[in-house]
Amino acid sequence: MTAPDTHDTEPTAAASEWEPVIGLEVHVQLATKSKAFSASAVEFGAPPNSLTDPTVLGLPGTLPVFNRAALELALKLGVATESKIRARSRFARKHYFYPDLPKGYQISQYDEPLCEDGHLDLILGGELRRVKLQRIHLEEDAGKNMHVGAVSHVDLNRAGVPLCEVVTAPELRSAEEAAEFMRALHRLVRWLDISEADMEKGQMRCDANVSVRRVGEDRLGTRTELKNINSFRFVQNAVEHEIARQIRILDGGGRIEQETRLWDAVAGTSATMRTKEEANDYRYFPDPDLPPMVVDGNMMGSILRSLPELPAARFTRYVREHGLSPDDARTIISDRPLAEYFEAVVKAHPGDRSGRMIANWMLTELLGALNADGKDIGESPVAPATLSELIRMVEDGTISGKIGKEVFEETFKTGEAPKAIVERRGVQQISDEAALWEIVDKVVGANPKQAEAYAAGKDGLFGFFVGQVMKATQGRANPVITSDLLHKRLGR
Amino acid sequence: MTEWLTATETARRIAAGELTAVKAVDAYLARIAKHDGELGAYLAVDAEGARAQAASIDAARAASAPLGPLAGVPIALKDVLVTRGLATTAASQILGGWIPPYDGTAVQKLRNAGAVILGKLNCDEFAMGSSTENSAYKKTKNPWDGSRVPGGSSGGSSSAVAAALCSASLGTDTGGSIRQPAAFCGCVGIKPTYGRVSRWGVVAFASSLDQVGPLARSVADAALLLEVICGFDPHDSTSLDEPVPDFRKALTGDIAGLRVGIPAEYFAGAIDDEVRSAVQRAAAILQEKGAELVDISLPHTELALPAYYVVAPAEASSNLARYDGIRFGKAAEGARDLLDLYQRSRGQGFGPEVKRRIMVGTYALRSGYYDAYYKKAQQIRALIKRDFDKAWQHVDVVLTPTTPTAAFRFGSKSSPVDMYLADVFTLSCNLAGLPGISVPCGFTTDGLPIGAQLLGKPLDEATLLRTAHVIESAVGLADRRPKGLA
Repeated sequence: MTAPDTHDTEPTAAASEWEPVIGLEVHVQLATKSKAFSASAVEFGAPPNSLTDPTVLGLPGTLPVFNRAALELALKLGVATESKIRARSRFARKHYFYPDLPKGYQISQYDEPLCEDGHLDLILGGELRRVKLQRIHLEEDAGKNMHVGAVSHVDLNRAGVPLCEVVTAPELRSAEEAAEFMRALHRLVRWLDISEADMEKGQMRCDANVSVRRVGEDRLGTRTELKNINSFRFVQNAVEHEIARQIRILDGGGRIEQETRLWDAVAGTSATMRTKEEANDYRYFPDPDLPPMVVDGNMMGSILRSLPELPAARFTRYVREHGLSPDDARTIISDRPLAEYFEAVVKAHPGDRSGRMIANWMLTELLGALNADGKDIGESPVAPATLSELIRMVEDGTISGKIGKEVFEETFKTGEAPKAIVERRGVQQISDEAALWEIVDKVVGANPKQAEAYAAGKDGLFGFFVGQVMKATQGRANPVITSDLLHKRLGR
Repeated sequence: MTEWLTATETARRIAAGELTAVKAVDAYLARIAKHDGELGAYLAVDAEGARAQAASIDAARAASAPLGPLAGVPIALKDVLVTRGLATTAASQILGGWIPPYDGTAVQKLRNAGAVILGKLNCDEFAMGSSTENSAYKKTKNPWDGSRVPGGSSGGSSSAVAAALCSASLGTDTGGSIRQPAAFCGCVGIKPTYGRVSRWGVVAFASSLDQVGPLARSVADAALLLEVICGFDPHDSTSLDEPVPDFRKALTGDIAGLRVGIPAEYFAGAIDDEVRSAVQRAAAILQEKGAELVDISLPHTELALPAYYVVAPAEASSNLARYDGIRFGKAAEGARDLLDLYQRSRGQGFGPEVKRRIMVGTYALRSGYYDAYYKKAQQIRALIKRDFDKAWQHVDVVLTPTTPTAAFRFGSKSSPVDMYLADVFTLSCNLAGLPGISVPCGFTTDGLPIGAQLLGKPLDEATLLRTAHVIESAVGLADRRPKGLA
């Protein structure tokens, strides 16, 4: 990044003339069974220091052996982001002294990362927006310091856990975009089973580099790095807060200090963690204990073959081919099992014009019922084919939408097939015009005063007649035909 | 006097029932008790553990259970080799009191072969030095002349072997730390090809250079131990997955047609005349036995020292970052905060030479200086390796002196660079990852041993052992023993 220049102290301008520039560094914990460089197990919530071995503890004489499972997961992410994959990449040592770092260095990657020049598609304002990724590299996590009163404890369970660090180009332009990037990455890594990415468990963590510059300016302003922003909401809040802080300083004639700031989510503010002068010189050099990491054609081939359709591609397809609203499409691709459920309903469903209806039923009825029961889509008692069967009955007029919802509730509770419920309860819709005419005629005949008032222009009474017809048919009257016939019978 | 038997003969007698392991161990323990106070080779003697191991070997033999090739042979280990339940200090204060929870692979392989571990041997702190004077704990004397150093960094290993305070020992060699002390003490010492012996459980000095190897009183013993400790280890990513030959079978005495390279660069300049002539006599012996001597050039030899003193300290500064006094070794008292604790513990725990190398290495790896130092040194390494690759087109082994001089006196190397120059002939071998052996080839008029070094092609330890064995047999010094220790 460039150093501050005179732009920082130019005369005050309106806040709207400042443009934020944001780059993210996101750490994603790879879902391996064992650690990156030893056989020690990976688990969340185990008793402190129970997931260690001599290598994790950094005992003298121990050596790292790379867990190839981590490479496969990182490669999936690299391929899914269309990154350039390095055939031979290297691990490097990054040095600093801290009690949670047993070796005094972290095994990471430096000038020869696994992936470079990829991109990730965000869904912003109903459209895809492509964000460049500078690099994705592999590294090991550090342990965790815990401060209890005056005493500090170190838990090394997390030390050595494999991570991917995803670094974006500095081209996010708002806090909302930054949060959206996190959602898109979260979606992708879960979609591909690369990571559980549970932010509450620290399986996905974010640092943000934030600077502002005048609109139209090419050069970047002095940046600050925000650490410890570990939820989608915090990313948005922290970045928003930092943008405002920087603009306030610049508008006040001040200049931004290059520094690392720690976000305090509880207080909703950030504070200086270390200044540029206090920054570490990490003394990177290739780790002599680890030979270059080689990715061969076979490995790439099997990753390419195993890669499913990605969420962004599906979003586009759902909007274009199935006519879903961008919001619905986005919700459905937010979770792969949900999207697979949608695919299964579509597949079971005849014709290809029902996507929007299927989405409505899924998102309103099915998700509503699942949420109420605290279940996720994988536990749905209503199979995709069953939902399709129900929707078909509504589509072909066998039952009304209203009855359909009741039938859904019942099939959700009991597992009985929608057709069987409809037949047993005799709730098929009455669409027979002659039969409905008889009922309409009877209802209007039985309410002469209301009919007269309606004829005199009291439009609101139309609903009364519809209600009476529905009452007479236990809600089974086809509402469209009923409405037609009522108009005819009432004379307008 | 069973203590002077070779490891090969000790193993044979125990296997044959002519000697018990307990008797062999007791003989060495008695000898250690008698002489080590003066010699200072051991940092720790595990009398109890050794006797128990020996008793179990004898019991196994009595029960006709299969015995390993080193069954009952009393071995001692340089104190950078990690031993389960037995203090491992790397001769440093900063590791004082650390009892490892695991055995290194080489140690484990020795135990599996039936070897009895007598104890841990002195060395330069973290294997950094050429005289063992950098040990934080004690001085180790050269058995041939108590006023002289035993070499280093595996000085305890060479001294104990030369004085028969163990049957054989293991050392480590990062820039000559097996071969140079072997030469100074009249032992055979071999540094295998990089990756031959696992580094798992070796306190790291410079990861891309470190190798474990034996020091012994005969080439056959060195071959026996080497065969036991070599082999692929999944714990070490730099370990070579290559078959391990039967090294003892390589000692045929037949070197007819062997092409021996004599590199001009190793015989010119500051080299002691007696050393030069002894090595030239070794060359003549090889020629007599049917080898062909070929004059060769290794033009980048003079760059080995500067390259080594960038690579080794850089890697050391990184490898030694873990010593913070918190998880093992000694934490300094009275620290005000975390940084102060680090500074005090490291300030008190490391000796001056280790600090010097950490500082040099830290400097070399600074942001913006990597290309100028570490990367440049790695490029020089590639050039040195290429020199050898070219040489292998014409020769099978290279013969050089192991050291420019015989063992020097304590305190005689007044500057660090003077001391570094003691390793000038042994560094290239590590930088190129090649195997190298030092074999006694004569004595100075002062009665100090002289070593000849043979360097070989990658993975060709067998040819080195075969050639060294021819020199050993011809010079006939095997029965010569240090005065007062015979």
